[in-house]
Amino acid sequence: MITFTLWDILRNLLLATRWTILLSLVSFIGGGMVGLCLLFLRISRRKAARVFAKYYIELFQGTPLLMQLFIAFFGLGLFGIDVPAWLAAGLALILWSAAFLSEIWRGCVEAVARGQWEASASLGMGRLQQLRYVVLPQALRIAIPPTVGFSVQIIKGTALTSIIGFVELSKAGTVVTNATFQPFTVYGLVALIYFALCWPLSKSSQILERKLNVAHRNH
Amino acid sequence: MSYHFEFGWLLQYYPEIIKGILITLELIAVGGVLGISLGIFCAWVRALGPIWLKPVVAAYVELIRNTPFLIQLFFIFFGLPSLGLQLSELTAANLAMVINLGAYSCEIIRAGIQATPKGQFEAGESLAMTRFETFRHVVLVPSLQRIWPALSSQVVIVMLGSAVVSQIAAEDLTFAANFIQSRTFRAFEAYIVSTSIYLALAILLRQVLGLIGLSIFPRRAAR
Repeated sequence: MITFTLWDILRNLLLATRWTILLSLVSFIGGGMVGLCLLFLRISRRKAARVFAKYYIELFQGTPLLMQLFIAFFGLGLFGIDVPAWLAAGLALILWSAAFLSEIWRGCVEAVARGQWEASASLGMGRLQQLRYVVLPQALRIAIPPTVGFSVQIIKGTALTSIIGFVELSKAGTVVTNATFQPFTVYGLVALIYFALCWPLSKSSQILERKLNVAHRNH
Repeated sequence: MSYHFEFGWLLQYYPEIIKGILITLELIAVGGVLGISLGIFCAWVRALGPIWLKPVVAAYVELIRNTPFLIQLFFIFFGLPSLGLQLSELTAANLAMVINLGAYSCEIIRAGIQATPKGQFEAGESLAMTRFETFRHVVLVPSLQRIWPALSSQVVIVMLGSAVVSQIAAEDLTFAANFIQSRTFRAFEAYIVSTSIYLALAILLRQVLGLIGLSIFPRRAAR
């Protein structure tokens, strides 16, 4: 029997952490792009677009991420599409984070005073120009802290992909536990690694909130 | 390839589904009540409590908020037995939910307490209330009223997160879905139906929490 030193355990966990980070980045960037499209639909003048975005957001925010992962993984397979775990994981996380990001950003767009829209309309700008030149730059500044804060939720969300068999930090934790019979140490270390990933983001979100808020008050 | 949906046969598994729904509801009821109570206590410590307890609570809140629920669950269920603390699946699931919601609701409630004007504390003092009475009557209730919507959505988020407890074989709704899936290989139907039930539960829970808010804070309706 091979004995595992603490360093063996930690090394294996850290190697798997790469996949957690990669999946988080993919979900954040992909989710951001889909979320931006959803945002445009959500604040569009067409009722059909608004209703679609509203129901999309309601659906993805009102159901467990785990179920979304299951449907992407088992469900798509039934249509004859061979779905590897990483694809299902990436797809589900992108669609899920898009719903949350677009809702966060909608709040930020709405926080921009109504008069700004009207002022830019009175300058003869079209709807897209108003958004591009006047509203979004102001909304962006409000959006940064909650967006950074949400990235923590994404990192924690990737832990669920272990359940459909994607080998990232959580799955590695389970595998190493099965090999070493030291669940206390292994899951403790896994939690610490997640903490090391998430805490700087949480903290910087708080700091940014304070900084940007102060700037806002000076306006 | 075309896939033929057949939902009819799901009916024969209704006892499992009902049981799963009940356990999910039980988890959120216990988690909600105890979690928010723990959150109130922690928020009190962080805002007004004894100095020596503050870092302990701060560490707890940061640690829980920055690690996945799944890992907290695994740590409690698989990790704690090596300290001699063996818990049943359901107890471990309940404990994890309480600990998780406690940390999140602490931050939300603290925000409500911090938004209380300083004059309110002084007013309570000037009426010869003790510190505890001031907190209980003057600070806590208006604070909860202020943050009730945020607290409600956190409870809904935690309810949806509870799907994960199926991984330690607590027999919640997701467990029922997995059970049906493994018996019938009809993954799509099983997961679509259970996802719809979760959606209905989330909408229902939001309504119920809204009503609870209205009944605890009747002044809100008058305003």
